[in-house]
Amino acid sequence: MAVTGYVHSYESFGAVDGPGIRFVVFLQGCLLRCKFCHNPDTWERAVGQEVTPEEVVERILDYRNFISRGGVTLSGGEPLLQADFCQALLQLLHEHGIHTAIDTSGALPLRQVSGAIDMADLILLDIKDVDETDCRALTGHGNHHAFSLLDYCEKIKKPVWIRHVLIPQYTLLKDKLCRLAQRLEGYSCVERVELLPYHKMGEYKWEALGLYNELKNTPVPSDDEVETAKQILRKWIRE
Amino acid sequence: MDFHTGVWNDEINVRDFIVRNYIPYEGDESFLAGPTERTRKLWDKVLSMMEKERERGGVLDIDEKTISTIVSHQPGYIDKELEQIVGLQTDAPLKRAIMPFGGIRMVKTSLEAYGREMDPQVREIFRYRKTHNDGVFDAYTDEMKKARHTGIITGLPDAYGRGRIIGDYRRVALYGVDKLIWFKERAKKKLEFDIMDSPAIRTREELSEQIRALKELRVMAASYGIDISQPAQDTKEAIQFVYFAYLAAVKEQNGAAMSLGRVSTFLDIYAERDLKEGRYTEEQIQEFVDHFIMKLRMVRFLRTPAYDELFSGDPTWVTESIGGMCVDGRTMVTKMSFRFLHTLVNLGPAPEPNLTVLWSRFLPDNFKRFCADISIKTSSVQYENDDMMKERFGDDYGIACCVSAMRIGKQMQFFGARANLAKALLYALNGGKDERYGDQTGPEIAPVTGEYLDYDEVMRKFDLILEWLARLYINSLNIIHYMHDKYCYERLQMALHDEEVYRTMACGMAGLSVVADSLSAIKYAKVKPIRNEAGLIVDFDIEGDYPKFGNNDDRVDRIAVDLVKDFMFKLKKHRTYRESVPTMSILTITSNVVYGKKTGSTPDGRKAGEAFAPGANPMHGRDQNGCIASMKSVAKLPYDYSEDGISYTFSIVPDALGKLEDDKRWNLVALLDGYFFEKGHHINVNVLQREVLLDAMDHPELYPQLTIRVSGYAVNFVKLTREQQLEVIHRTFHTKF
Repeated sequence: MAVTGYVHSYESFGAVDGPGIRFVVFLQGCLLRCKFCHNPDTWERAVGQEVTPEEVVERILDYRNFISRGGVTLSGGEPLLQADFCQALLQLLHEHGIHTAIDTSGALPLRQVSGAIDMADLILLDIKDVDETDCRALTGHGNHHAFSLLDYCEKIKKPVWIRHVLIPQYTLLKDKLCRLAQRLEGYSCVERVELLPYHKMGEYKWEALGLYNELKNTPVPSDDEVETAKQILRKWIRE
Repeated sequence: MDFHTGVWNDEINVRDFIVRNYIPYEGDESFLAGPTERTRKLWDKVLSMMEKERERGGVLDIDEKTISTIVSHQPGYIDKELEQIVGLQTDAPLKRAIMPFGGIRMVKTSLEAYGREMDPQVREIFRYRKTHNDGVFDAYTDEMKKARHTGIITGLPDAYGRGRIIGDYRRVALYGVDKLIWFKERAKKKLEFDIMDSPAIRTREELSEQIRALKELRVMAASYGIDISQPAQDTKEAIQFVYFAYLAAVKEQNGAAMSLGRVSTFLDIYAERDLKEGRYTEEQIQEFVDHFIMKLRMVRFLRTPAYDELFSGDPTWVTESIGGMCVDGRTMVTKMSFRFLHTLVNLGPAPEPNLTVLWSRFLPDNFKRFCADISIKTSSVQYENDDMMKERFGDDYGIACCVSAMRIGKQMQFFGARANLAKALLYALNGGKDERYGDQTGPEIAPVTGEYLDYDEVMRKFDLILEWLARLYINSLNIIHYMHDKYCYERLQMALHDEEVYRTMACGMAGLSVVADSLSAIKYAKVKPIRNEAGLIVDFDIEGDYPKFGNNDDRVDRIAVDLVKDFMFKLKKHRTYRESVPTMSILTITSNVVYGKKTGSTPDGRKAGEAFAPGANPMHGRDQNGCIASMKSVAKLPYDYSEDGISYTFSIVPDALGKLEDDKRWNLVALLDGYFFEKGHHINVNVLQREVLLDAMDHPELYPQLTIRVSGYAVNFVKLTREQQLEVIHRTFHTKF
């Protein structure tokens, strides 16, 4: 039986999830419960549109001439919760010569996801919090799988862009950012770090879903705070 | 150095001159010069006058005594010492003239709106002199008046100048006025026929008028101490001559759109020669261009508040077409293409002139990137598909108004505003009665019955209404343009055309996405009409979901495509004035707000009075799959059946375009390349923060130059009515992060 996946939605113009213009497939389901999530509507598993990889590819090929200098990014939710589906989809895209990226939190055990990782051209790895315990408090899961994934990428020389959300009082702390910089030192697979200032544009979704939003009173970072963070990780920052 | 000679030396053929002499430029923008001290001082003066103009409610001053003609006013200056390019419409900057030949009533209402009175002498003259507007209403049928009143046909140029005619202003620089007169006189001599029927008589009279206008043009230039009887000798003269020719047109005609054509690459030929021969430096050439553009930004017409409601922001549509490709395969981008766009940096953003880049995927990468950069910085540029238009119009066409391509000096159109197709759909449901007034405006067909709307029944009735509408529409336009030729003929602009002119009857449609979504709702969901006491359908209940235009979903996109083809077929059936060829545009500019206001609730869920989407745009907030899906839907609309243009407006916040500055530029280039490859025709690009617009609504004084693109046109945001400002803000902003 052919593998199928659950898709939350598609974005035909993604310009901030990997290089160039990208067609973004948002997959349904996530194992994390990040307090700062801006897509809580993608948490629940096995809902939404059930599709085959071939159907998704057909849809993507229709956009081919827009994404020729970009590609396709699988995002979510956590795309690698549906690793087999991702792998099959990436395989097909690869055959069509389309550049691919996976936007993942790396929260799943490596053995479940390595097949899909092998097939992608770029990994956008979201390090939620550099410290294991804080990470668990913030997202419900630790970060050790994410770092194993990073080790694996280093081993197979898979390019990685680290993404890190700057949340005042949580991750936007000088010593934490320094620890992150130290931790990334030595990984030659890491091409860039993208610091994403926490924003409130997904807040309405929490309310719509009737979820309690712990970060309701957390402010968005100031420009100065973002600048300081960039300085700490400047080695990997591109502007 | 002399110019390469050719056909252009023996006959009027500006294109031949350009193609033989222009030098394509594939380099980057690093050669450009900033504003000179003189430019800065001069522009500051203009800005402070514009500030005063805004403070006075939009009009600085009016000369209500002098009927505007090419030679009516004494020379005017901003600052004689500083100005390198001279000439104003009246004797003072931003002072508006009266142009009553389109309609004396419009002049009266405009004057009253700004606290002035009609001059007794002018009133007296127009007791004896009939205007275009008088003529039209003498001939209009009752049915036409009714359709105009309910707004199923709106914006008709029956009370003001029709515009959308581009004189080939370059001819004056290339040939000098004397030679142009000589050619026209020769042409007139040849027009001696055995049978003097109406067309022959008309042509002879028109040629005489054209010659008279050219002579006046020469006099007007002489009043500024400049002799334009002979060809221009250098860049400064070439720009000045082109400008004088254009100025004469806007002194004579208060046309809805007074476009400039395609002058930049023509002018570059002079600039290249002057640079090579050391006559002028880059700084000087940019200064001439800046001063020319300044003048174009100062073109003003006296218009009524009702007109502003329709086309807000004091538009003049001084459209200049830039770039494109030559038929021989070379790019027509020159350094002058860069210099024109660079005025948006030197003088800051502005809606006028309406800078239009003719985009081809073969344009040099450096130019593409430069355009993207200017768009991101100023939101003042629109793009149109050169690859598609070149096939039809060759390589010397220009855009009139917003999206209407025409061969320069060889083609003109009879501007026809637009028919409201959303209202037509409601007429189909209500048996030809207007949903707001209850009048029997359309044919008395049987209204729909039944609890839910039946797709096939609705389509049958809609077809009947569209047949009726197409006939009425073309007939109304026939009257309008007959009278315009008779009472308000564009003497000077037509003097800068060939004698044989190809004419189109430029119809238009509004409400395309509303109708497509409505029909889709009827087909794929269940739509229950709600009737008032009189039995008129005034609202709808929609059960279930339906595919919406703008999501690259063929189920509904096909409906939109079929509608365009169908309406075009219907228009083509009818006989037109002067054998003009019917065409159609899908364009609203800002009138989508007024169209919405005049239209009851529609079966797509849009409530009575709510604005339509502009041009061919999907309805606000209904495109769910991102902007490329939306572009793909729009690009499916067939240009073959809507050759007068298909307008799409795209707004995005800067951060959604990419993370790094250069990524943003290249991503925008990729979007444009992709959209035009898919056969999209036109796109406006706005790169703006929504918050900036909100702030500008409350603090207009802080944003005097904030420019945004609306369907086919750019406006000063602060000059829009509050209603239109809100509409712009509600319009889909692509903000995905």
